[in-house]
Amino acid sequence: MNVRSQVLLWAAQRASAAVLAVCVIVHLATIVYAVRGGLSAAEILGRTRGDVAWAAFYTLFVLAAAVHAPIGLRSVLAESFGWRGRSLEIAVLALALALATTGLRAVYAVFV
Amino acid sequence: MAAPSTLEVSVWRGTERGEFQTFTVPRLEAQTVLDVVTYIQRVLDPTLSYRFSCRVGMCGSCAMTVNGRARWTCRTHVARVAVQGRLEIAPLANLPVVKDLVTDMTPFFDKWARARGRFEGAATRRDDFARVPPDSPARRLADAAIECIGCGVCYGSCEVVAWNPDYLGPAALNRAWTLVNDARDVANRARLAAVAGDAGCHACHTHLACTERCPKHLAPTASIAGLKRLAALAALRGELEG
Repeated sequence: MNVRSQVLLWAAQRASAAVLAVCVIVHLATIVYAVRGGLSAAEILGRTRGDVAWAAFYTLFVLAAAVHAPIGLRSVLAESFGWRGRSLEIAVLALALALATTGLRAVYAVFV
Repeated sequence: MAAPSTLEVSVWRGTERGEFQTFTVPRLEAQTVLDVVTYIQRVLDPTLSYRFSCRVGMCGSCAMTVNGRARWTCRTHVARVAVQGRLEIAPLANLPVVKDLVTDMTPFFDKWARARGRFEGAATRRDDFARVPPDSPARRLADAAIECIGCGVCYGSCEVVAWNPDYLGPAALNRAWTLVNDARDVANRARLAAVAGDAGCHACHTHLACTERCPKHLAPTASIAGLKRLAALAALRGELEG
């Protein structure tokens, strides 16, 4: 991977961290608020189904996590286990796709 | 309680493989760690190898690991670091050991070269002097980082160097930052590419060990943060070579 790509990955991780900082707070606040009096699965689905704003928010959350986590893991694996090179790039790309796919599937499931 | 009249000093003997050897050294007033090592070499065991030159904190030759921390030994008083009359003195970490307390500084200075740590100007002897206002923002940034003596304390303290042997390290990056802020230098585009990425400034985890231990009270972490910013902007604009 060339130096420019390495720097762009670094920038992407910083940018996704900024997005995650907001998303995690909203997510936790929503959980605390929503379950105060107990909330059934049906009630949750009743609120999320068809709500474009919630779907957009969690889509952003999922994509930010899918960008952020694999880049961080790439550094951890390189520095702690000496795993470097193309095989590492492929492994973390696969993780990014897996996080994005499963996350978006979950968002879709509570939206429709 | 009166200070003990002797010190028990464990000194690394050997190369990468070796062991600590213990010496008993008279405790003197205003004694530095370098004084202790010198006493051992001159009085107790002339085969002990160590490196020093100026003895006044200017040359950067005498850095060692003292009780687990990298320090300049000529300006480190025993009273500040001895624990119950004991010292443990080892070579600087993250560098090959030549013998006893002497490390091979080649990787350290090779990385200065890789970071394009030498001034590259375009002016000739026929050009007028460059006029750099001392209070200009760039000059102030360069001033804040310029007093490095190349002792290697930051390099020996850096966890990222230990994890990633290719990492340029705090001193080389700090040097590059002074040149990036030098209005006369013409090689900054290539320099930013040289110091960016996985082996460069973007590998820094901001642990601040370099900044905490720099004997000249510089802040390599701040210099590295500046490089990260500039290199990231250059990469986003497509101006980063390599």
